[in-house]
Amino acid sequence: MMEAARDARPLPFPQAARLALRDPQLRANIRLATTTIRAKRAAVVSELPDWQQLRDAGRTIKDRALHRLDDVLVELEAAVTRGGGIVHWARDAEEANRVVVDLVRATGADEVVKVKSLTNDEIRLNEALQAGGVRPIKTDLAELIVQLAGERPSHLLVPAIHKNRTEIRDLFRQQLGRPDLSDDPHELAEAARLHLRAAFLRARVAISGLNFAVAETGTCCVVESEGNGRMCLTLPETLITVMGIEKAIPRWDDLGVLLQLLPRSSTGERMNPYTSLWTGVRAGDGPRAFHLVLLDGGRTRVLADPEGRPALRCIRCSACLNICPVYKQTGGHAYHTVYAGPIGAILQPQLSGETGHAATLPFASSLCGACYEVCPVKIDIPRILVHERAKAVRAESQGLEGVSLRFLGRVFAQRRRYERAQRLGRALQRPVVRNGHVRWFVGPLKGWGMSRELPALPLQTFREWWEQRERGT
Amino acid sequence: MPTPNVALFVTCLGDTLFPDVGKATVTVLERLGITVEFPAEQTCCGQLHFNAGYADEARALGERMERVFAGHEVVVSPSASCAAHVREHVPGLAGRVHELSELLVDRLGVEDLGVSYTGSVTYHPSCHSLRLLHLGDRPLRLLRAVRGLELFELPEAAECCGFGGTFAVKNADVSSAMLADKLASVEATGAGAVCACDSSCLMHIGGGLERRRAPVRALHLAEILAG
Repeated sequence: MMEAARDARPLPFPQAARLALRDPQLRANIRLATTTIRAKRAAVVSELPDWQQLRDAGRTIKDRALHRLDDVLVELEAAVTRGGGIVHWARDAEEANRVVVDLVRATGADEVVKVKSLTNDEIRLNEALQAGGVRPIKTDLAELIVQLAGERPSHLLVPAIHKNRTEIRDLFRQQLGRPDLSDDPHELAEAARLHLRAAFLRARVAISGLNFAVAETGTCCVVESEGNGRMCLTLPETLITVMGIEKAIPRWDDLGVLLQLLPRSSTGERMNPYTSLWTGVRAGDGPRAFHLVLLDGGRTRVLADPEGRPALRCIRCSACLNICPVYKQTGGHAYHTVYAGPIGAILQPQLSGETGHAATLPFASSLCGACYEVCPVKIDIPRILVHERAKAVRAESQGLEGVSLRFLGRVFAQRRRYERAQRLGRALQRPVVRNGHVRWFVGPLKGWGMSRELPALPLQTFREWWEQRERGT
Repeated sequence: MPTPNVALFVTCLGDTLFPDVGKATVTVLERLGITVEFPAEQTCCGQLHFNAGYADEARALGERMERVFAGHEVVVSPSASCAAHVREHVPGLAGRVHELSELLVDRLGVEDLGVSYTGSVTYHPSCHSLRLLHLGDRPLRLLRAVRGLELFELPEAAECCGFGGTFAVKNADVSSAMLADKLASVEATGAGAVCACDSSCLMHIGGGLERRRAPVRALHLAEILAG
């Protein structure tokens, strides 16, 4: 279920992170998983001598699509329609959900099988379906685990990354009524497979997202690992696909680049096990009705900001999560968003506005730059984080920090003020300094003092030393 | 090639809190026969404000630094992070600013400074030295040439220490958790000192080491190269 977006008032990141840091099992699981996936990615990326050129090509393809997205989308609509599909345009989550629920109800079905889709989570489609009397069945193994546990996904690609197999065994023993299960991964997967198979065979409607939509041919593309997607995309009579408008790419040939970048960056595989491509409908093969819902949901707002716009290049590989030293410590739940990690920290505030909880996300980074280095479409995430911070600072008062930094800005603006402040600091620090160290951490220094000492201001600044030396010679 | 005078951009943090790093930078350069100048009007380049989201203050401070260093053909900074900020966001100064190891290795063609050091050192490549300036192995080449210095490889060296400016205070819990990992890596080397090209990261790592009472010193590259 999509509990993430359901939180009425999600905690600001620092507080949510503090809670996550107190869970040693969670941290150990995340650490093991990200370490493993980082190594796999590094290995398959290093095999390609032209990896950097591929990244450049990926960036160019997505930028070209975004720069003329209006034309690309109209072209896509025409091609999908030619292929026998029906295209629906949705301004926001509410419109998209209404379209989907109405389509499902028109078929008479009271349940749907679902392929893992972040866009579906983003618009809280499951809740809308349930409210409309339709039961959504998640068919991705990790999503099934999260659904059975009544939790929220913690990673874009590996929603149950926070759980280890012993925890999953216990969950399946209870929830699937299989007390015989061991923690052998094959046995656990088989249990899930048996559970899901019945649903696949019964389903009349499937709902998916997609990874790429090719405008010139009208071809939709879903990449996945387990084959549940292939089942959903081919077995039911009706297929409904919801896509964010930024997923459109101009040409068929673009897939040649993007399908090299995505699996290597996401699962650390040369090729993902299942790549499904379909164009409209075909008699006697696959679904008889195909609906494509184009979702804006704030994306045109992102597109309008030249600094923030590159975030729309994202192909949801999650390499930035796996490499992020912050994510590695907290996992995805602390972000309280569908899109966690560095990409979430730049995407969520842009989609929802830089206020409240979302405004704390761009600050959840040390700006170490590791995310930019691994991004397959070269999104300069640190640059956009800083841009989003500036927007947050303009939108909302930052309290004491804002006052201090603005004051400091005035101090730095004049040499005399700056030098006076240095001398004043030295005089004022006396009561809180012992043995060359600050001994009393107050105000904003409290956080620093949590794990670090702070050297006292020295008796002489560099400039005082320099001046003395100049005079002496 | 005759080297013109070099103007020292000592950084506000170096000036105020770590004067020894500035002094060591002067020592290293003067030993090479370079005349060092210190434009005393300098304060802060604006990186702190820029990264915290105070774009207007940052722009004003950046422009101020352009004026302060106008006419200085070669500017050196013992901070990779501040050098990177200037290079990316202070266009009028960008092409003239060099981080210390860049100046030594690339511009002056020096790797062996003829100094010695007794003890073992591990090198932490700070994030901005690594991913913004792309210093590569320049600092390591300089360290390897120091007589008597035993260089120990730092595990997971490229991982951030968790400083990140205001991040260390705003997200103190996460920052502390990241620091704990870095300290564990540093301590695992068994080195007597950890070295970097950024006083800010060293303030963070050094502050953590002191809190743990670990017998490891935090030293700036310039302090080792000054002999």
